[in-house]
Amino acid sequence: MNFMASKQPENSLLGPEADSQRTLYPYVTGTSVVALKYKDGILMAADMGGSYGSTLRYKSVERIKPIGKHSLLGASGEISDFQEILRYLDELILYDNMWDDGNSLGPKEVHNYLTRVMYNRRNKFNPLWNSLVLGGVKNGQKYLGTVSMIGVNFEDNHVATGFGNHLARPILRQEWHENLSYEDGVRLLEKCMRVLLYRDRSAINKLQIAKITEEGTTISQPYSLKTYWEFSAFANPAQGAVGTW
Amino acid sequence: MAKQQANWSPYDNNGGSCVAIAGADYCVIAADTRMSTGYNILTREYSKICKLADKCVMASSGFQADVKALQKQLAARHLIYQHQHNKQMSCPAMAQLLSNTLYYKRFFPYYSFNVLGGLDNEGKGCVFTYDAVGSYEKVGYSSQGSGSTLITPFLDNQLKSPSPLLLPVQDAVTPLVEAEAIDLVKTVFASASERDIYTGDKIEIVVVNATGIRREYMELRKD
Repeated sequence: MNFMASKQPENSLLGPEADSQRTLYPYVTGTSVVALKYKDGILMAADMGGSYGSTLRYKSVERIKPIGKHSLLGASGEISDFQEILRYLDELILYDNMWDDGNSLGPKEVHNYLTRVMYNRRNKFNPLWNSLVLGGVKNGQKYLGTVSMIGVNFEDNHVATGFGNHLARPILRQEWHENLSYEDGVRLLEKCMRVLLYRDRSAINKLQIAKITEEGTTISQPYSLKTYWEFSAFANPAQGAVGTW
Repeated sequence: MAKQQANWSPYDNNGGSCVAIAGADYCVIAADTRMSTGYNILTREYSKICKLADKCVMASSGFQADVKALQKQLAARHLIYQHQHNKQMSCPAMAQLLSNTLYYKRFFPYYSFNVLGGLDNEGKGCVFTYDAVGSYEKVGYSSQGSGSTLITPFLDNQLKSPSPLLLPVQDAVTPLVEAEAIDLVKTVFASASERDIYTGDKIEIVVVNATGIRREYMELRKD
């Protein structure tokens, strides 16, 4: 979306050398993250692919990480920027722990911090090229939010990044309801991830589902989804609509 | 090597519409709760309305990250004001602060289209309307955002105030009572959501009057 298309580039006062210091494009990228609130907390899913353009370069990238005691962070976009964000958060949690006052940063606070970081980098025209999903539970309160590379943020009962917004959100809008059981939540997430696997070129069939509740965090071992490629619509896509693919 | 151009935009339009109507002893501020990007809906339940002071409420549409940053700035400045003056900021004072804050970023603007509503020092309703870089005006009613082109003509038809250029100076506030103004707001949003794809889901209506601030909601089309 470019609403200031004809403006003078902000960096025209600096020489070309300064450009090499700013993020211009992403290099190694992760695809969608999908997450939802369920009865006991948050469920989040992401595959383990790190693409280098159209090459599937890395196949064991953990794109969901626990943050402190109460949060999970999932990221899509540039993997090196995600690693940088994890370093920032390490420091944040360290200082929080050093207070040693029995209080700890909850998911709301971490989400706010991340929003400010992303927005400030956008202001300097040097964004962290990620879409982040932050979920967690603290004192019984479930929280699920997201923030984009330009600082747009919101919370909702279910969120997704990238292709997930196009393919997973509609499924979640139809089938999500309050107080999903753990099994139903996982089933719903797997349904979303399967659709993404079929239709997102950068998705791979190796994913992790993470769960966070008041008790703590679990990130599953990597596993794959069962797929079915014999749908008649896949075998003969032009049947109902000549010329389609 | 040819000069690199940015291949991303620091701005986005997250859509939505805002309206405010000033009455003799009340002010109604309303906005829809849809947040979009391009042809996608990000969420159906996002509040665009922010209480800045006891009798001063702002509704903003545009680029959500800038709106959030602007709200935080104003809230922080209001806190400092309270510490320094031991009182709440009046609506006209907040109006000037908002204008100055927006103009401060004249050369990298907050992409935020605001209406400020509340009660002035005498308890009369007031509405201030802004562009993205801070030029503002006290008016009897206003609308901003993606549906404003659909809403403003309708409000003009129902509420048109006398011109502020006439002498003697006439009151801009509407003679409508609070309940009628709220009804008008609901009608106006129902119409706007028929034709503006970025307006819909729900309206959040905030009413400021002598008794305080209250909030109500109304469902809108979800398509």
